[in-house]
Amino acid sequence: MPETIRLSMSLRNRLAISLISGAAILAILLFLGVRNFAAQIAQQSQDRVLGASVTSILDTAVIRNGMAEVDFPYASFSMLSTASDDRVFYAIYQDDRLISGYDTLAVEGGTTGTKSHYRTELLDDAVVRIATASRSLVGSELRTRITVSVAQTQDDFAETLNRISRNAAFLGIAFFLFAVSLSIWAASRTIVPLKRLATSVARRGPQDLTPVSSPVPSELAPLVSSLNKLMTRLEQSLKQSEDFIAEAAHRVRTPLATVRSYAEATLHRVDKEENRRALRSMVRAIDESSRAAGQLLDHAMITFRASNLEQHDLDLAELVRDLVLRLTPIAEMKDIELRLDLTDEVPAKGDPILLQNAIRNLIDNALKYSPSESVIEISVASKPTPSVSICDQGPGFAEDEIAVVSGRFERGRNAQGITGSGLGLTIASDVAMAHEGELKLANNPKGGACVTLSIS
Amino acid sequence: MRYFIYLIVCLWPLMAASQDWEDRRLFLGETGRKNLRVLSSTDTSFFAPIIEQYLAQNPDLNVEYVVTGTSNLDNVFRQNPDQFDVVISSAMDLQFKLANDGFSLRLDQVATPDWAQWRQSLFAFTTEPAAIVINRAAFAGETMPNSRQELIEALRARPDIFRDKLGTYDVRRSGLGYLFATQDARTSETYWRLMEVMGGLGTHLYCCSGEMIDDLAEGKIVVAYNVLGSYANARRDVADKIEIILPSDFPTTMMRSALVSKHAPQQQAAVDFLRHLISRRTRDDDQAIFQMPALNTEPNDSQQSIIALEPALLTYLDFLKRQKFIQAWEDAIIQ
Repeated sequence: MPETIRLSMSLRNRLAISLISGAAILAILLFLGVRNFAAQIAQQSQDRVLGASVTSILDTAVIRNGMAEVDFPYASFSMLSTASDDRVFYAIYQDDRLISGYDTLAVEGGTTGTKSHYRTELLDDAVVRIATASRSLVGSELRTRITVSVAQTQDDFAETLNRISRNAAFLGIAFFLFAVSLSIWAASRTIVPLKRLATSVARRGPQDLTPVSSPVPSELAPLVSSLNKLMTRLEQSLKQSEDFIAEAAHRVRTPLATVRSYAEATLHRVDKEENRRALRSMVRAIDESSRAAGQLLDHAMITFRASNLEQHDLDLAELVRDLVLRLTPIAEMKDIELRLDLTDEVPAKGDPILLQNAIRNLIDNALKYSPSESVIEISVASKPTPSVSICDQGPGFAEDEIAVVSGRFERGRNAQGITGSGLGLTIASDVAMAHEGELKLANNPKGGACVTLSIS
Repeated sequence: MRYFIYLIVCLWPLMAASQDWEDRRLFLGETGRKNLRVLSSTDTSFFAPIIEQYLAQNPDLNVEYVVTGTSNLDNVFRQNPDQFDVVISSAMDLQFKLANDGFSLRLDQVATPDWAQWRQSLFAFTTEPAAIVINRAAFAGETMPNSRQELIEALRARPDIFRDKLGTYDVRRSGLGYLFATQDARTSETYWRLMEVMGGLGTHLYCCSGEMIDDLAEGKIVVAYNVLGSYANARRDVADKIEIILPSDFPTTMMRSALVSKHAPQQQAAVDFLRHLISRRTRDDDQAIFQMPALNTEPNDSQQSIIALEPALLTYLDFLKRQKFIQAWEDAIIQ
C-alpha cells in the first residue's frame, strides 16, 4: 500500500514558530520600553540642568536703588555645555517686559512660582526645551516679578536617545537571537519522546504486536493507549484468523485423505483411459489441496512458535541429515538424487521444529521444480553464520522475481503445472527472520535455483 | 556719460558699504569673476599670504577683505548677514553669539579638535594670549613686572613715571577688549585693583592693539595692558623698544575664530576658504604663510587659560550684565 499521509506543519516548527513570534514581540516591547524609559531619563536630565540654570539666574535677581538687577554667574550658561554643542537662548522678564535676553523667547503666561516649568517649542527653526520660573521681589517702594526662561536645543538629547536606542536595539536583537535558539532547542526537546515513540513503533518486527510499555508524556497517553488497543485488537484478530485457518486446514485434511484413497482404489479398477486421466488429475488436485492444508498448518504453527521462540543448542548438520534421510524415498520416486555435502558438526541455536519445517519446505520446493534424473545439492556451512543451501537443477527464478517471490502465496512464473500453495518460501523466510537470519534466493549460474537459509 | 556709469559701477561696492573700514583690500584672482567677501577684525597683513595662496588654487575668485573692529564687525554683520561670506574675529563671545543665534552655516567633517570648534559652525584657528607690553626705556634698571600683582606694585612705586602713560582697550568700543576684561574680572579680583590703580594714574583708552603698540613705541605711553601679544610680536620695527610680558598669574588666552555666513552669497567658495584656513593652521611648515600663533595642540598643555568655546560666553553679552560691568569699569578707570 503506498503511503499517502497528508502532512500539515510539523509540531516542532509550530512550537518553534509560536515561541519565536512570542520572543519577537517581547524583543520589540523590550526595545520600545527601554527607549521610552531612556527618553524620559534623558529629558529629565536636560530639564534638571535647564532648571538649575534658571534657578541660578533667578537667585541673583535683587532690587537695588529701586531697580531690578540680575547679575547672574558665568556658571549659569557654562552648565549648559553639551557634547553636541547645543544652542542656548534665554530671556529675563520683569513683569511682562523683557529686560534682557532674546525677545524671540516668549514667556508663557501664567507661569508663577519658583518651581521650573518645562515645555518643548519650535524656536528659530530648532526644537528647543524651555525651562521657566519666576520670583517676586519686594523692595521698599517696588513690588515686581522677575521671570526667567532658559532654552536649549535638543541635539544632545537626540544624540543620547539615539545611542541608547542603538544599545536597546542590540539588546533586543541579542534577546531575540537567544530566545530563538532557546525556542528551537525547546521545540526539539519537546518532540523527543514523540520521536522515540515513533522510532520504537517503526522498529518493531512484523509479528510484534505487544503494547507500548515504555513511559510516555501524558499528552501522548491517549495516542499510545489507542495504539495499544488497536494492536491488541489486531493481534486478536490475527490470532483468530490463524486459528481459523489451522482449524479449517485440519478439518479439510482428513476427509481429503479419505477421498484420495478412494480415488486411488478406483483408478486401479478403471480401464478406460479417459476415466483414468480424470481420476489422476483428481488425485493430483487432492494432493495439492492436502499439501496446501499441511503448509497452512505449518504456517500457523510457525507464526505461533516464532513469536515465542525457543532457543535450543542443536547441530544443524545432524538436523539436515535426518531430514534428507526421511525425504530420500520421495526423491527416489521421482528419480532425483539428494546429494548431501556434510563434513563437520554445525552448532547453532534455534527452534529445531521450526528449522526442520523450513528446510523440509525448501527441499520440497526443490523436489517439485527439479526434473527427473537430476541432482539436488544440499550443503550446510557454519561460517559466517550457520546456513543451509539447497541448489536444484530446475528452471530457477526469473531475475526480476527474486525479491517478490518469498512473499506469502506468491509463486514463481516458472511454477506452471506444479503442485503447491506457494507458502514454502514464506514459511522458510519467516523462520529465518524469527532466528534473526535471512533467506537468500539466487540462480545457479550453471542452471537451477539456489536457496540459502541462514540464521544468526 | 559712459565714463560716469563706469565710475558708478566701480565705486558702487564702496558706496553700498558706506562703512568706515579700517582697511579694505581686493585680492584679484587670475580669472576672478566672483567676489568672496571676508569680514575680519584681523589686520590684512596677517591674512594676505593665506588669501594669495587660496587664490592661486582658485583663480576664478576674487577676495574682498575688509577689516573693522570687533564690535563694529558684529553690528555690521548682524544687519547684513547676506553681504558677507566669511566672518573672522578675535572677539570669541561675539562670534559665539553669532553662531548661537543661527547666523553661521553648519559644515561637516572639518578636521579640527573638538575644543576648537563649536557645533561645526564656528572654528578657532589661533590661540593668542593677552599680554602686558611695556616700553623698555621706562623700566631701564628696574625689574620687569611678571604678573598683574607686580605691575600694580611697579605702578604704585613710581607713579610719576606712569602718570598719563598707561594704555588699555576701551571695553565700550572694542569687543576683544571687553572679552579680555570680563575674562580677567571673572578669574581674579586683581583685575579690578589694577584698573583702579590705572584709573588713578590716568589711562589712555584704545580701540585696537595696533594703535596701542604705535603709541608705546613712540613713548606716548609706557605700559599697555591686555594687548594682543601676536600683534606686538609681529612689529619687528619696534621690537627693540618694547617688551612683551605674558602675565604669569593667568595669561588670558583667546582663540581667533571664523564662520561661514548662513546667507553667504558665495557659500561654496566661503566653505572652501574656511577649510583652506583651517588646514593652513595645522601645517607647521607654513610659517611664512600662516603668520599668526598656531592653535595649541592641547588646551591644557600649558599654564595658559584658554577661553572655552561654550554657552557661558553669552553671560557678559547679556544686556544687564554688560551695563553693570561697564559701569564698574568706568568707575574704576575713568576717575
